[in-house]
Formats: sequence, structure tokens, C-alpha cells
Amino acid sequence: MSTALDIVSLVLLFLGSFFCITAGVGLIRMPDFFTRAHSASILDSMGAGLILLGLALQAPDYLVVIKLFFIFFFLLVTSLAAVHALAQAVNLLGIDPNRAKILQRLGKNQTENNKPETIEPNTTEPNTTENGHRIPD
Amino acid sequence: MFGVAMIAILVTMLMALARSFIGPTLYDRILAINTAGTATVLFIAALGFLMGRPDFLDIALAYALINFIGTIAVLKFVKFGNLGTADPADAQSSTDQATTDQSHSTQ
Repeated sequence: MSTALDIVSLVLLFLGSFFCITAGVGLIRMPDFFTRAHSASILDSMGAGLILLGLALQAPDYLVVIKLFFIFFFLLVTSLAAVHALAQAVNLLGIDPNRAKILQRLGKNQTENNKPETIEPNTTEPNTTENGHRIPD
Repeated sequence: MFGVAMIAILVTMLMALARSFIGPTLYDRILAINTAGTATVLFIAALGFLMGRPDFLDIALAYALINFIGTIAVLKFVKFGNLGTADPADAQSSTDQATTDQSHSTQ
């Protein structure tokens, strides 16, 4: 019984570690903000859930299980609310999610040097939005 | 096996910190710091189990709440320019100022 619980806990911890590293790699390699928010949400839901479940199977008493459940609950509520507030703040800036990648690539090219073959967006200046807000660097 | 999970969480924290350094916009940095805070909560929980002291879970619980407050505070500061004034008319006038600035910039 104990060894079976250990094996299940081991598998859950390894899966949680895998999702943690997936979220980290996604944060590094995703092209724009919205996809990075997506990969950060993986850590909040899958990574934290699996690791805390794997820890709960090793708990010595029920109080520890309840604490782990409350940690998971607060992480789920607060982190997803924070990511939602972030995405709403970026959305209120007027950045179209479909063109966020193009805008960011244009901004990067502007800092290096102006390459003539880059795609021009509909706005007049590539680093500002329709409302005249400037995207903070 | 707690050690393996802790190493994976540490790698995730390092990647989030790298994104917070190289992030092109401010919002990428806030997102990366939020992710690093979540990974810190998991790290503290796993550390408590590794050392045989699950009392560390209380610290992890407090850290989860502080992380949320910090992220929302930074977001509010970025959006409004202050963390809230005692007089609501003050905030109203500051937003009016912002809208007039915006109308000037669009003209």
C-alpha cells in the first residue's frame, strides 16, 4: 500500500516537473505576450496541481493535506486572476492579439536597424496603437 | 524524488527570471515575476517535505497571497500611476488629465 502510494506520488511529481519545465521553455521561446501568458498559465494549473497532489500523497496527516489543498485553491484563484488582469491591461492598450507578434517583431527590428522588407502594419507608427498609447518598452 | 521536483522548479524559476530580464515590454516582465512567485510557492512546499517539516506549508500559503497582492499592485500602479489616493476626486482628476493628454496627442 505504501509502496503503491509512493509510486503514484513519484509519477505525479515527475509529471508536474515536466509541466513546470514546459511552462519555463514556453516563457522563453514564445513569440508575443499572449502566448507567453498561455504558457505561464500551464504552470499555475497543471504544474502546481500535479506537484501539490504528489506532495499530498506523501503527507503524514490530514492537516497537511488540507493545507496543500488551500495552497492549490489560492494559487488557482489568484494566479489566474492575475494573468487575466494582465491580459486585460494589454488588451485595453489596443494591441490586437493577431498582430502582437508582428508589432513586436517590428519593434525589435527598429531597435536594431530599420530593415526595408518588414511588413508595415495599419497604424502609422509601428510602436504605437490606434488610441495613441505608446507600448511601454 | 522531492529533489528532482525541486530541481525542475528551480530551472523554471531561472527561465522566468531570464524572461523578466530580456522581456521586451513591461507586461512580459510582470508575467515572468508572477510565474517566478508561483514557482517559489511550489519550491517552499517541496522543501518542507524534503526536510521532513511540513510546517513550511504555512509560509507557502502566505507567499501565494503576497504574490497575488504584489502582482495586482504593480498592475494598478502601471495603469493609474498611483496606488490609490484618499480622495477619489484626485484619482478622477488624474484620469481626466490623462484623457486630455491623450486628446492632445491625437490632435
